[in-house]
Amino acid sequence: MKHLLSAIIAVLWLSLPAQAAVEVQTVETPGGINAWLVEEHSIPFTALEIRFRGGTALDRPGKRGETNLMMATLEEGAGELDAQGFAEARDALAASFKFDAYMDSVTISARFLTENREEAMALLRSALMEPRFDQEAVDRVRGQVQSILRSSETDPGDIASKMFYKQAFGDHPYGSDDNGTAESVAGLTRDDMFLAKDRVMTRDRLYVGAVGDISAEELATLLDDLLGDLPESGPELPERVEPALSGGVTVVPFDTPQSVVMFGQKGITRDDPDFIPAYIANEVLGGHGESRLMDEVREKRGLTYGIGSYLVPFDHSELVMGQFSSGNAVVAEAIDVVKDEWAKFAETGLTAGELEMVKTYLTGAYALRFDGNGPIARILVGMQMDGLSPDYITTRNDQIEAVTLDQINAVIQRLYDPENLSFVVVGSPEGLVTN
Amino acid sequence: MKYGLAALVALAFPVISPAHAAEVSHYTLDNGMEVVVLEDHRAPVVAHTVWYKIGAADEPAGKSGIAHFLEHLMFKGTDDLSSGELSETVTRNGGSDNAFTSWDYTAYYQRIAADRLPLMMEMEADRMRDLQMTEDDVKTERQVILEERNQRIDNDPGALFREQTRAAQYLNHPYGIPIIGWRQEMEQLSRDDAFNFYHRYYAPNNAILVVAGDVDPEEVLGLAKTYYGPVSPSPDLAPRLRPQEPPQLAERRMTMSDPRVAQPSISRTYLAPERDPGDQEKAAALQILAELLGGNSTTSYLARNLTFTDPKAIYVGAYYDGTSIDDATFGLIMVPSPDVSMEDAEAALDATLAQFLKDGVDLEEFERLKTQLRASRIYAEDNIEGLARQYGQELAIGLSLDDIESWPDVLQEVTPDDVMAAAHEVFDRRHAVTGWLMPTTSEGAEG
Repeated sequence: MKHLLSAIIAVLWLSLPAQAAVEVQTVETPGGINAWLVEEHSIPFTALEIRFRGGTALDRPGKRGETNLMMATLEEGAGELDAQGFAEARDALAASFKFDAYMDSVTISARFLTENREEAMALLRSALMEPRFDQEAVDRVRGQVQSILRSSETDPGDIASKMFYKQAFGDHPYGSDDNGTAESVAGLTRDDMFLAKDRVMTRDRLYVGAVGDISAEELATLLDDLLGDLPESGPELPERVEPALSGGVTVVPFDTPQSVVMFGQKGITRDDPDFIPAYIANEVLGGHGESRLMDEVREKRGLTYGIGSYLVPFDHSELVMGQFSSGNAVVAEAIDVVKDEWAKFAETGLTAGELEMVKTYLTGAYALRFDGNGPIARILVGMQMDGLSPDYITTRNDQIEAVTLDQINAVIQRLYDPENLSFVVVGSPEGLVTN
Repeated sequence: MKYGLAALVALAFPVISPAHAAEVSHYTLDNGMEVVVLEDHRAPVVAHTVWYKIGAADEPAGKSGIAHFLEHLMFKGTDDLSSGELSETVTRNGGSDNAFTSWDYTAYYQRIAADRLPLMMEMEADRMRDLQMTEDDVKTERQVILEERNQRIDNDPGALFREQTRAAQYLNHPYGIPIIGWRQEMEQLSRDDAFNFYHRYYAPNNAILVVAGDVDPEEVLGLAKTYYGPVSPSPDLAPRLRPQEPPQLAERRMTMSDPRVAQPSISRTYLAPERDPGDQEKAAALQILAELLGGNSTTSYLARNLTFTDPKAIYVGAYYDGTSIDDATFGLIMVPSPDVSMEDAEAALDATLAQFLKDGVDLEEFERLKTQLRASRIYAEDNIEGLARQYGQELAIGLSLDDIESWPDVLQEVTPDDVMAAAHEVFDRRHAVTGWLMPTTSEGAEG
């Protein structure tokens, strides 16, 4: 507790819509780790969310899948404990640790009781600082990854996704499955695991959110103990890549009754001043249950069970993309409807009525996201990675309210590009060929 | 057993302070509608949920899928609401809404700012008795549920095979019929079918209102009286008596090959008792049995013996959910290692089960599980909507509030002997369906 007094803590009271108060404290630990905290003492546990920017895009050439395999093997033995010993220790504490790998980040989601917080964090620390990566564990988890890779070869959704990203991003890390290939995963070694961990889990790319039964001082001490000894810095991040999507339809023949469709075009960066107007625009086009795409493709025509579109701002590129599934006999019609809607949207934009409705939806629904310690901890980390300040929680709805119809329609004109909207179709679609 | 590693772990099991369960209030309106309120004032949000005690297992013969189809059509409009207006209104008010159908219940819910609760009740009460739909609505929505079936079942050989094995598991009970329906029957479902089902079963005396979140129970009761109180009950609700299983005397074995299967797998389900009002002990023992056998991919008995010691499997698991009105199932799943044949894999699974029946419960594992179950009550408090769903489901299958609230204690009181007695009873191959799902290639079909 010697550093207790030097922890730097700033407190901000933030009111959510309808007066929910979320008190975000920014904590700088004596060891120099920054974290956001919401104290919530009514239930005796804490949710801790830790992320490192970089993710599987940092896989080295020829080593695709190394970050994914490493994250999946972190919990398979650490310090004195082998895989089973570690799981027994974790379960005896009723703690849970989840390790995940994504294109631009790796994440650790921990949940632990107040009454054994120190033991739980000591155990998590051993996984982060002293993972064993025993050959037996690496081989066993490798077998699981290879099983997933085999299954994805005959899963129409996975086939579509792989083809779509390959077309968009080619040889850039975004262009390939971050589980790796059968060949690359077979070649990964124990040493690769240690190296991958030191590459992706570094102090300079660390983001932390905590919510629950813990004080700022306790969190500061916890974080210095848990993360203070990680390497200072990681390798260079990948370069930017422009999505190479130039329109057309690619059909991947696959014998199954319903075709799976992914579609997309170039998007908008998260730090673009027009990101919020673009976000609102997409919400109307395909962002929720009452969107134009849902209305036209599902409600009016019954061509699909569900369709959505999303803004996908990667760290080094950006897309607007969407997906749906339709029976082979009607998928061509569904694609035509999507194309028409995209073109209509680009040409005429939103109506004032749509804007008003989507604003009341987005501003009202924002509070629904803050439903539990874990979800709030994830929001806190996401905001930090997006470069937002804690007061975004209170200003976000005002920012949405302030957007005018002209602003939205200007960004729609700039962003939506029906000529370059590209489709990948996996199935046996009738009347549809690659063009 | 090779449990020497356990010695490395300090066996200090946490005490875990007893969780103060969410405040629960319960009322019954004059028209028979039950009202349950769960308070959580941490966020100004409410979940408004209505549970009808009617599901896919209550469908007339030949009309499979009608309960689920009606759930879709419930969004089409009423005498006061145009088609789609309910969801649009929820959206306009910053909420989200959805619905789901099970064999035993059908539920509708909205999540929204707590001050919009009266509006939600007004609309939900309206569609309880005044649903309207056109032939066009029905025709288009039927295409939607057929695409839903495509997406959930027909495009996924694993789901198709589960549908087949489940149909074989139940010789007589409608739990063997898929919730979404058999395709050829779904294609024929009509507006009349939907209305017949609706008029018979959608009524306040067949419904439970569960409201969870930032609300005052007395206010919720007042609102419920205002909005749901005037809805007239259905006079002739029959008790939910479904055709029951005859004695199952013959083991069933099924194989399916599909070119879309890349990873062969073995499944086994055994008919198993469910939770009953005032009688949940056996179900609790089965739930703990499932956890000990295959609830954890590292430390469970099956995982230790089949994926660590002399590995025969990439993955192995066990599951059981006794929250149903009639007979449940106890399931096992195994994904064999690439060099292990289906026959050898199944033989290893059965040998491991037999060994478990001899070895009995590992007491350290048992204590760890009890600890986790106690902690899960603390973690559950953080998810008020999860609690609302749990209460809704359990009330809808006929459990009492007392049954629901005592369930964690019933689980804690299970002894190792109870677990082994349940295991000896449930693992009867005459009651079981074993399935091999394989690729359509020579290498996968070798078993």
